Amino acid sequence: MEQLYFTATHEWVKFLDEKTAQIGISDFAQHALGDIVYVNLPDVGDNVTGATRFGDVESVKAVSDLISPVSGKVSETNDVLLESPEKLNSDPMNTWIMKVTGDFDKKGLLSPEEYAVLIAQAK
Amino acid sequence: MEKKTPLYNKHLLYHGSMVPFAGYLMPVQYENGILHEHRLVRSKAGLFDVSHMGELILEGRDALANLQYLLTNDYRNLEIGKIRYGVLVKPNGTAVDDLLVYRLDEDKYLLVVNASNTDKDEAWIRDHLEGSVTLSNFSDVIGQLALQGPSSKAILSKLCDTLPEEYYSFVNHVKVGGLDCLVSATGYTGEAGYEIYLPAKNTVSLFEKIMEAGAEYGLEPCGLGARDTLRLEASMPLYGHELSEEITPLEAGLKMFVKLEKERFIAYEALAIAPKRRRIGLKLTDRGIARENTPVYVGDRCIGTVTSGTMSPTLNEAVAMALIDVDYLTQTEFELDVRGRKLHAVKVPMPFYKRKP
Repeated sequence: MEQLYFTATHEWVKFLDEKTAQIGISDFAQHALGDIVYVNLPDVGDNVTGATRFGDVESVKAVSDLISPVSGKVSETNDVLLESPEKLNSDPMNTWIMKVTGDFDKKGLLSPEEYAVLIAQAK
Repeated sequence: MEKKTPLYNKHLLYHGSMVPFAGYLMPVQYENGILHEHRLVRSKAGLFDVSHMGELILEGRDALANLQYLLTNDYRNLEIGKIRYGVLVKPNGTAVDDLLVYRLDEDKYLLVVNASNTDKDEAWIRDHLEGSVTLSNFSDVIGQLALQGPSSKAILSKLCDTLPEEYYSFVNHVKVGGLDCLVSATGYTGEAGYEIYLPAKNTVSLFEKIMEAGAEYGLEPCGLGARDTLRLEASMPLYGHELSEEITPLEAGLKMFVKLEKERFIAYEALAIAPKRRRIGLKLTDRGIARENTPVYVGDRCIGTVTSGTMSPTLNEAVAMALIDVDYLTQTEFELDVRGRKLHAVKVPMPFYKRKP
């Protein structure tokens, strides 16, 4: 059963199973960034650490860090984003950036309800 | 506390994302985003609120002599109704500001300056004035709109029957939609277009009239974000980036606006010497965007820094302008240190984008 969580830095993470997580950015994030024109993806095989930068996303306005919600190893990156970074704007919740495998700790992650409260306060 | 232009409520009505800029709350973009607005100006037309810009009037028998002394360009043969760019410089040649000079009358000139520099410029000019001349600041009572893009003429023709024909010329006291305006064939986008000045209290009314006239052409309001990407593609300098109190107009590659053959002026000695740095255009061949302050390398030697950079929406390539050591001007390939990644870039001619005549 797929479980969705968010971070306070506006990434989402979907746990596809016990060992596999998909990571993307929230609708709030894409809206705040504006038109996304480039995504700097990690390499497959890289180790990523929770709450630590794993890449960056460039909008016309500025560059922003991508922060990994979990620790693990990058098993796949969404290379479609190299040619079509604007998919993060048009369909952020269905456009993953990387898949990570590992033994996950969900501590510190926000439920969709908790995240909704956070962005309501940010607006 | 930031000031608001007369169009503040219009920006909110059109869902502008308001940000503090040069002491004003200005729209960085509207709902459809910077890329959309950028492409709209290149293909049709966009309307910008540029009421934040400063307007100074220099008037008197010695007005010309003071312009000649304080600015880099030569205004002796500037006719009434014509406009000429120039750089206000310090004795060391660095820029206090860059501006447009409009000759309004025999001894009367309008100086249009960057919003963030209006007060500084006024003080600088006032401190250096000599002879029979007065300087007045009308920035708070003048509104300004920029209508830019290939459809600009068709749109404005619906509201005004005496438009300036020639680039860098203007007509004063013409009616645009019944409102008294100064209409200038100028802009900061690399497209044909107009900049329209009028009493601040009439700005909202003019904005509404132009939006209505432009509806059939797809006109939309555009924000500062698109203004920046448009001027960057056109390789126009932006004060604080390509020009500053640390950068001279020669370094910025603006030699054609520095007239050493005129009588001596404030920075004659400094600007008679060849510069040690020069502005160049770069195109990134690796994926990524180099923004302001990105170090530029040849081998392991840092030889300059990026002054502005973006993903060019028209070219769909990352472009940048950089200030580099003149010893490397013949170099064609560079490395840019973008947040720890070395990205390859090649020198390309400026402007990056030039409209088809």
